[in-house]
Amino acid sequence: MNERNYKIQKIDDYRWRIPREGKMRVAGIVYADESMMKEIQKDESLQQVINVAYLPGIVGHSLGMPDIHWGYGFPIGGVAAFDMEEGVVSPGGVGYDINCGVRLLSTGLCRMEISGKLESIVDSLFVNIPSGVGSHRKDLKLSQQEVKNVLKNGAQWAVSHGYGSKEDLEHIEEKGCIFGADPELVSSRAIERGLAQLGTLGSGNHFVEVGYVSEIFDEEIARTLGLEKDGITIVVHTGSRGLGYQVCDDFIKVMIRASGKYNIELPDRQLCCAPLNSPEGRDYLAAMACAANYAFANRQMITHWVRESFERALHVGPKESRISPVYDVCHNIAKFEDHLVNGQKKRLCVHRKGATRAFPPNHPDTPAAYKAVGQPVLIPGDMGRCSYVLVGTEKAYSDTFGSTCHGAGRVMSRNQATKMAKGRSIAQELKEKGILVRADSRATLEEELPEAYKDVTEVVDIVQHAGISKKVAQLKPLCVIKG
Amino acid sequence: MLKYKLIDHTADIGIDIFGDTMPQLFSNAAFAMFDIIADLSTVEKKDTRIIAVDGIDKEQLLVNWLSELLYLHEIKNMLFKEFYINDMNDIQLKATIHGELLDEKRHVIKTAIKAVTYHNLTIIQENDHWRARVIFDL
Repeated sequence: MNERNYKIQKIDDYRWRIPREGKMRVAGIVYADESMMKEIQKDESLQQVINVAYLPGIVGHSLGMPDIHWGYGFPIGGVAAFDMEEGVVSPGGVGYDINCGVRLLSTGLCRMEISGKLESIVDSLFVNIPSGVGSHRKDLKLSQQEVKNVLKNGAQWAVSHGYGSKEDLEHIEEKGCIFGADPELVSSRAIERGLAQLGTLGSGNHFVEVGYVSEIFDEEIARTLGLEKDGITIVVHTGSRGLGYQVCDDFIKVMIRASGKYNIELPDRQLCCAPLNSPEGRDYLAAMACAANYAFANRQMITHWVRESFERALHVGPKESRISPVYDVCHNIAKFEDHLVNGQKKRLCVHRKGATRAFPPNHPDTPAAYKAVGQPVLIPGDMGRCSYVLVGTEKAYSDTFGSTCHGAGRVMSRNQATKMAKGRSIAQELKEKGILVRADSRATLEEELPEAYKDVTEVVDIVQHAGISKKVAQLKPLCVIKG
Repeated sequence: MLKYKLIDHTADIGIDIFGDTMPQLFSNAAFAMFDIIADLSTVEKKDTRIIAVDGIDKEQLLVNWLSELLYLHEIKNMLFKEFYINDMNDIQLKATIHGELLDEKRHVIKTAIKAVTYHNLTIIQENDHWRARVIFDL
């Protein structure tokens, strides 16, 4: 990788401006501190912030969150909003894993109660939730028509088929179903990929992690979210699996043609796009909603198997385990939202690619139970350190189109991580720290080495100091299943 | 001659692919992808398929070719190790590919590739050789 000289201006301790020049339609703003900014300049992510600023109809700034790193098309940790009349939608601004996201579950259990039973919990989870490359459920056979119902109704489909309860839906972004999904726009190949993989975790950085609340930063908000010190929590990280990848793939072909048709100049083909009000743009959004709904259903079904696994491993009933979703957020998505642009309320299409929505207290889309405190934001870290629960703020709403970071962000390529892990047993190292890991492949564990990631605490401190989210609680891992 | 080399990409994986001719470049790209996915030393040539792919230009043809193979891997559970381009131009190709059905007892899957991206995608000819760069989404 060649280091480049970007023209960067420091705005304050946590924000950096990439001034508008050349074909950029707006300036870029990146959230980071001084030392992080040095690291960020080593890969191509700032060029990607610049590239996004070229796209027609972009409003405000092309944004980078502190977990920004080199992606394809948009940077990972990228946020951009587009005007409804002049703006575009780009599948590369959402990513292949459409509605990859995170769900946090709280429980009625505390750390002491399960300390001797972790081994059976992790084994039970590993058996009940298929993971790994091309994982599929042998016990779940869906017809093409049924998959279309999943695509239309998302987590609501899952609940109506016995996976969890109606109350769960209140604690999911968009109540687990994005409006406007049209399964007829999803290719048969995408459905074929979706048929076999619903209810599976997949591989790479996807996981189910059992942990506990290790620190509380705001007692009152934590109480509202149902989190207390030493309480057991579960984090689920997965997305739309092969179905989402195929929808993205199919529409990139459509968008390459559309970019030519609408004379959109592209700095990177992966940024191919179409006007929001074109047939191509509308079709993509309707297909994207299908993949997003599939991912919501996926996390809802996995929640059901998490509940079953706990009940089996601990020999308790649902009334004792009391496993319920705190919240479920998307971090690869494009959505229509109202924001203030130069003091005027405008409808925009906000792309979040490796970024989380962070709506403030009293926003109409902040769930009823959290109206007073703001929308929960869930930020998982690496396997060995910790994760965070935050809430959205007014400042996020005014400065970042209601967005914040989504995770730790890699600092090491998978290749480097594997080299670093040579001769070590990552599972053993984690066990010595009190963390049990079950993984489908040893390679995944090596690639997901804790040091391969930025320290999530540093990332979260930046969004806290910049005021675009507020820290509520820290979670520490006890056991993890990986793909 | 080196068929390909890995390039460091923070989140995903990228490869530089080399070939004396375009067909060789495409064949080496497919080999590189399966070499990343699995340990090919244990894969046998029990199954032969003929596939045809098209695209709007050579870059998209390369993405579509690799995506088609990825689909056969993921959904038909296939691993391939040899690739012969029978006929090709900038917008279409026909190939004969050899491999076998994935057998978890014998085969080791190393990396799951989600998709073949267009980011930084290049195909260039220099000094009678071809080289290409492809970034995969993992």
